[in-house]
Amino acid sequence: MIRVVLPAHLRTLARVSGEVALDVEGTVTQGSVLNALEARCPMLRGTIRDHVTGARRPFVRFFACEQDLSLDSPDAPLPDAVAAGVEPFLVVGAIAGG
Amino acid sequence: MSSVRVLVGTHKGAFVLRSDAKRDRWEIDGPYFAGWEIYHLKGSPADPDRLYASQSTGWFGQVIQRSNDGGRTWEPVDNKFAYAGVPGTHTWYDGTPHPWEFKRVWHLEPSRSDPDTVYAGAEDAALFRTTDGGRSWHELAGLREHGTGPRWQPGAGGLCLHTIILDPSDPDRIFIAISAAGAFRTNDGGKSWTPINKGLVSDFMPDPTAEIGHCVHHVAMHPSRPGVLFMQKHWDVMRSDDAGDSWHEISGNLPSDFGFVIDIHAHDPETIYVVPIKSDSEHVPPDGKLRVYRSRTGGNEWEPLTKGLPQENCYVNVLRDAMSVDSLDACGVYFGTTGGQVYASADAGDSWKPIVHDLPAVLSVEVQTLP
Repeated sequence: MIRVVLPAHLRTLARVSGEVALDVEGTVTQGSVLNALEARCPMLRGTIRDHVTGARRPFVRFFACEQDLSLDSPDAPLPDAVAAGVEPFLVVGAIAGG
Repeated sequence: MSSVRVLVGTHKGAFVLRSDAKRDRWEIDGPYFAGWEIYHLKGSPADPDRLYASQSTGWFGQVIQRSNDGGRTWEPVDNKFAYAGVPGTHTWYDGTPHPWEFKRVWHLEPSRSDPDTVYAGAEDAALFRTTDGGRSWHELAGLREHGTGPRWQPGAGGLCLHTIILDPSDPDRIFIAISAAGAFRTNDGGKSWTPINKGLVSDFMPDPTAEIGHCVHHVAMHPSRPGVLFMQKHWDVMRSDDAGDSWHEISGNLPSDFGFVIDIHAHDPETIYVVPIKSDSEHVPPDGKLRVYRSRTGGNEWEPLTKGLPQENCYVNVLRDAMSVDSLDACGVYFGTTGGQVYASADAGDSWKPIVHDLPAVLSVEVQTLP
């Protein structure tokens, strides 16, 4: 079971509280986790990654296991602790703006 | 008994204000979508309880919300606004080619007859439409692919399609306006478009009377006279009596002909309202006095409406989609400010009072008159 932590605005939009628990088939990557997240919560499509290009939105970052994974390939395996559900995958909105 | 619902989009959420026809006591609900920019929300003329809202932030992009119960509950619908084909480029501020990039929806215009059909005006400028209640959006690409599209340049607020007017007498005729490309009209339901900017003069342009490039701020039409259009341009208040084929200036005795909003009395198509703003470099009312100006003659002769409005030390702005009217008798006029006030007049502008005064900066105001 993969654990995903969303920023407050996206929790509100997706109508979830706390972490989102996801079943991910195959290799656990950013891409496969986000695919599963968007399948569970279709209203999140386009809010984390661009609808057309699939690229991470500029003011969104990904963290896990105290590492910034934002610039990693979407197809790179996530840390084992994330795949095992020990550590969450964090979607973080930039601390910026007014 | 009739009632009024005022839909307010702000910098940090949406608010729904409700009153009976007396319009002296208001119930205020919100914020909905707190923390998000709500550029616009509007109800369907065919089903007034069907509302659509444009919700966005720089962090998480665009969301479209839909309500089926007059704004008490909402559900997100599709938010994919993909340009048709290979979008190509428009012209950037510095004159270089710049790829078309979707940023947000500025304006939502529901069909007059079908609650599931809505038009969306986007930045970068494009017109989208849903015919399934927001479950999918498709571009009417004939506008962006109009021959002048590669030469369109953004205004200071972005290359935004902010005005959509559906002709009540002809479902195939639509008027739109883009900052800073100008106004355009289709007569065939959006397949082909014609620039309608003849008569506009914009001194900031190399050719002040060019076919495109004018910074149109807002356009209004009275439903009883679809051939007559009123425009608040970057500078100049303009009028067309031939559906946009030509324009003439009606600024007359206004203290400033810069501004953003323009609207029309519900029962008198020759009575129009603007809020003069000092200049494009100082987006505040002249002399610190917030004044609505009314013309009862279709322009040129304007009277200041000040009763109930701050007449000293007022430095708010009124943005382009932040004025609306109800259709009660007497006509109600409403506008919102960047200071978070929504002012209302229940007597066609003769007197005003704030119906709410400490909201986030107001981006849009729409009014529904309910039976």
